[in-house]
Amino acid sequence: MVLNLTKENFEKEVLQSNVPVLVDFWATWCSPCLRVAPILEELGKEVHGLAVVGKLDVDAEYEIADQFDIMSIPTIVVFKNGKVHTSTLGVQSKSTLRKLLAV
Amino acid sequence: MKKVIIIGYGPAGVTAAMYLKRAGINPLVIGKDLGALDGYSDLVENYYGFSKPIEGKKLIQEGVDQAKRLGIEVITDSVISLKQDESGFIVVTEKNEYRSETVLLATGKTRQTLNIPGFKEYRGKGISMCATCDGYFYRRKKSAIVGCGPYMHHELEYLNRISKDVTVFTNSNELPIDIENPVVYEKIVSFKGKEKITHIVTTKQEYPIDGVFIAIGVPSSIDFASQLGVIVEKNSIAVDDTYQTNIEGLFAAGDIIGGKLQITKSVHDGMLAADAIYAHLKNKSKKA
Repeated sequence: MVLNLTKENFEKEVLQSNVPVLVDFWATWCSPCLRVAPILEELGKEVHGLAVVGKLDVDAEYEIADQFDIMSIPTIVVFKNGKVHTSTLGVQSKSTLRKLLAV
Repeated sequence: MKKVIIIGYGPAGVTAAMYLKRAGINPLVIGKDLGALDGYSDLVENYYGFSKPIEGKKLIQEGVDQAKRLGIEVITDSVISLKQDESGFIVVTEKNEYRSETVLLATGKTRQTLNIPGFKEYRGKGISMCATCDGYFYRRKKSAIVGCGPYMHHELEYLNRISKDVTVFTNSNELPIDIENPVVYEKIVSFKGKEKITHIVTTKQEYPIDGVFIAIGVPSSIDFASQLGVIVEKNSIAVDDTYQTNIEGLFAAGDIIGGKLQITKSVHDGMLAADAIYAHLKNKSKKA
């Protein structure tokens, strides 16, 4: 399951989460971003209960994208304990993303 | 519409072409140059079948000639972009545009990089290798594109559609094409900034800038494949055990997928990739 993140739920679902959260910063016009979607779907199922997998549309939620200085997409950021733990640029494999989550 | 376009005419590309040809499929092979072995005037001594060592460059040229003799269509041109629509792949070269059901990337391994201080530091912090991915972030800002050839022009056309303030930096190269954008011909000394890039520093002055797009020379296949969304890991294109990338119909073989950077391995890759592409096409026509 991939959670759709917005400014309404970002604080609760990401920053206050008890488990690691992977956030995919994407946009509808970015063609490589569209390739990330199926990988996230699979990852979301795989880590269900251990971590949260979410995506954030940088156009609709530009305040959050700006807050984390997102200037290139797809950017994938892993949050732990409410803080940025690690981030990566470009399309990554499921196993690489899983390693970033470390669950 | 072609069945297969092979990008790169080194050992992997030519071997794949030969095996596909034998299987009754006519691939189109597009190569830019003789690749890693072009400047390799040393002798190749560890490749099977040569009692006398052969020059690397000569071996590759022999491969291209061999493909041509077998009736394989081989052209020399540079691919500047790879796109996809409902019908298949579109390979955009400097001179032309081709359509194909499948594509094999066999270009060898070089990647766009810049030996300018600040490049690595601000990559992703204002320096971008992909106009179509990141251009939108700079639509109301001051941006620059570094480059001078057809690839730069291709990326600039896209940027001009979304932004009104794009300056071209040729980094002391000539500009063979006429463009309406402002042009800076000075050599770039460094990229400067704090958390993000703020300036391009040339031999003459500092230019304030919010975003810089790099489009120098010809893109490597890793550059145009990542624009399409191919998984790239440790500077190699990730493939499954059938040499297919995460994009259906897009295959890769040879140095570009990593492992041993050896001719023998590339030839082996090329043969197996040809088998996989053949199976893929057959499977696809069954479904249709």
